[in-house]
Amino acid sequence: MSRQPVHFYQVGSFAVGNRLLDDEDRTVQSDPGRSDSLDSGHRACQGCGEALGARYALDAAMRATNGQLIAVNATGCLEVFSTPYPETSWRIAWLHSLFGNAPAVATGVAAAMKVKGLNDVRVVAQAGDGGTVDIGFGCLSGMFERNDDVLFICYDNEAYMNTGVQRSGATPPAARTATTEAVGPQPGNVFGQGKDMPRLAMAHGIPYVATATVADLHDLENKVQRAMEMHGARYLHVLVPCPLGWGSASCDTIKVARLAKETGLFPVFEAENGVVTNVSPIRHRTSVESYLSIQKRFGHLFGTPGRPDIVARIQAIADHNIAHYGLLVDEERDATLEVSA
Amino acid sequence: MLRQIEGSRAVAETVAHCRPEVVCAYPISPQTHIIEAIGAMVKEGSLAPCEFINVESEFAAMSVSIGASAAGARAYTATASQGLLFMMEAVYNAAGLGLPIVMTLANRAIGAPINIWNDHSDAMAARDTGWIQLFAETNQEACDLHILAFRLAEELSLPVMVCMDGFILTHAVEGIDVPEQSDVDSFLPVYEPRQVLDPADPISIGAMVGPEAFTEVRYLSHLRQLDALELIPTLASEFASTFGRESGGLLHTYRTDDATTIVVALGSVLGTIKDAVDRRRELGDRVGVVGITTFRPFPFDDVRDALSHAQKVIVMEKAFSVGYGGVLSADVASATHDATISLHSVVAGLGGRAITQQSIEELLDDTAHDRLRPVTFLDLDLGIVDLERARIGSVRRSGPSAENVLSDLGTVASRIG
Repeated sequence: MSRQPVHFYQVGSFAVGNRLLDDEDRTVQSDPGRSDSLDSGHRACQGCGEALGARYALDAAMRATNGQLIAVNATGCLEVFSTPYPETSWRIAWLHSLFGNAPAVATGVAAAMKVKGLNDVRVVAQAGDGGTVDIGFGCLSGMFERNDDVLFICYDNEAYMNTGVQRSGATPPAARTATTEAVGPQPGNVFGQGKDMPRLAMAHGIPYVATATVADLHDLENKVQRAMEMHGARYLHVLVPCPLGWGSASCDTIKVARLAKETGLFPVFEAENGVVTNVSPIRHRTSVESYLSIQKRFGHLFGTPGRPDIVARIQAIADHNIAHYGLLVDEERDATLEVSA
Repeated sequence: MLRQIEGSRAVAETVAHCRPEVVCAYPISPQTHIIEAIGAMVKEGSLAPCEFINVESEFAAMSVSIGASAAGARAYTATASQGLLFMMEAVYNAAGLGLPIVMTLANRAIGAPINIWNDHSDAMAARDTGWIQLFAETNQEACDLHILAFRLAEELSLPVMVCMDGFILTHAVEGIDVPEQSDVDSFLPVYEPRQVLDPADPISIGAMVGPEAFTEVRYLSHLRQLDALELIPTLASEFASTFGRESGGLLHTYRTDDATTIVVALGSVLGTIKDAVDRRRELGDRVGVVGITTFRPFPFDDVRDALSHAQKVIVMEKAFSVGYGGVLSADVASATHDATISLHSVVAGLGGRAITQQSIEELLDDTAHDRLRPVTFLDLDLGIVDLERARIGSVRRSGPSAENVLSDLGTVASRIG
């Protein structure tokens, strides 16, 4: 996506109010005519990153498709908190089938639209990290490989939160979960495991892969918009902090997500046809400790005596990401805010 | 018009005449010829509009069918054996969601030991899924049942599984009258879904249902299955008037009017049983046959009526519940619990072992002389079994039984005779 850096008065938080932007650059969410795809009244926890991400992503997809959208949902928190029978928070056509088959169900919906000549109706499938990198991976890889016309969105909260915070293939090293407990000489999740799902998606050579966090919702909306401008299999991986599972304060969801990006632990980038085309630069590089220490899932790494050795290993991961993706930029660019132009 | 044609090819052509809009499948023997033929028809354009999708697993095949059906497309798939088990979570889901998907099950054994040949273990594993299960006796009926299946599925908004014996039917070349397109069109109207994903009228499908309503939702599924017991005979008679031949229905009887002994079975083995019954009739034995076409929902009343005059009933089935016994036998026993009949369960044809007319005649002879035991495994080689039992009893590390049995037999090829 071409981006034109736009200079704004520095507001400290790097956030910019919609009122400072031209109409066309304002968020979908700031539009009174937004679709409220995921409406109020659902049962998500306070500070839920997934509810926030899904609402922005789906509303952006609805705008991009002029309301011609069908969503398929994997089993998980998002499904459970949005549709306690007989209520539903979805104001869009929405189907939940199973935990591991959302990509294939979406393929079926897309095939039905194609065969009926309803080419303007588009399909989004969504799942948590378990439904994406673990139990749904086979169907997802198949959907990618066939390049079916589906945007798949993974809301990554790095563990099985719906079942009580168990480890997934997206759980980071050293994180405490109910199945990677903070005991023994190597507390928490082990190092050297887990899937780098965005890169796995890229390896399929699909048209579009992007990552985003709920700390930059404007960026998330832009990426959904960009994805819906394309056809074929597209993948969006959104980091969504889970206050319950991460042991972070409900009011810190955005902060935690921002620190994940600013430390380099969660690289935010776009890739087209398997090649990285854009990275979101780190603005204030900060140590991983600032990110880890506000989450109880990493609490065993701090205090007395703490585990500075493990923190250092995590810092090395962040440093590797920064070098690999080129996440640091020069001072001048660092002082700008970028918006989609 | 009768043509010499392979069963799979005839089923594929019939399914194509049903105008499926999305066909998705994953290859597994002995279902492959069906989906290959449909794939070719879509590719050459003779079946259009239709999306043919090759997927990475049976789980995906059923899932794609779920998505397509929920989005308003007529969806078809086919599988067998391990494939059915691999998609089982989605098989239940399709029924629970009330999606009228039609699936061919080319019946095949389930491993281990791995075995590609015919029996009914796969269909029995799906007995409780909520799918309607129809069994074809012949390839002609296999074709006809698919047309009935689409009609039935879409009337009731329930998925239907058409079971046809793997290889015995799927790979048999014989004279089949593939239904004409115009007849199929007059019998099978355009699919009008009861529920559909439509951006213009958005609904949520697949909500979480708790204890407050789960029983009622499940009971509604049960009622729809029971509705099928009423609808299936009606559709069968309509089918007969449209196509000029009898097909489908709940069950078929053969020479049962004065029969004191009746053999009950599913699928293609009924032909052999009828031959054996004809032979026994020549000897004065009053025997008959009941072939069950609709296995789920189970036609209790019709089975009870068909067996009401019998003194002895033999249920011959190509599957069994390990540690229990015959599956169909239990259903028949339940249907006839208030009758004074002697019920015998005969497990036969497992993993493709041929069920010969001679074996059935001997069985009927044993029955006539009250030698048949409550549960019989037809043509069981007890010598081989005893050898392995002795090995297990004498050696701790006795090894894998399947390989031991093959070694004792002195052959590595499948023994089908």
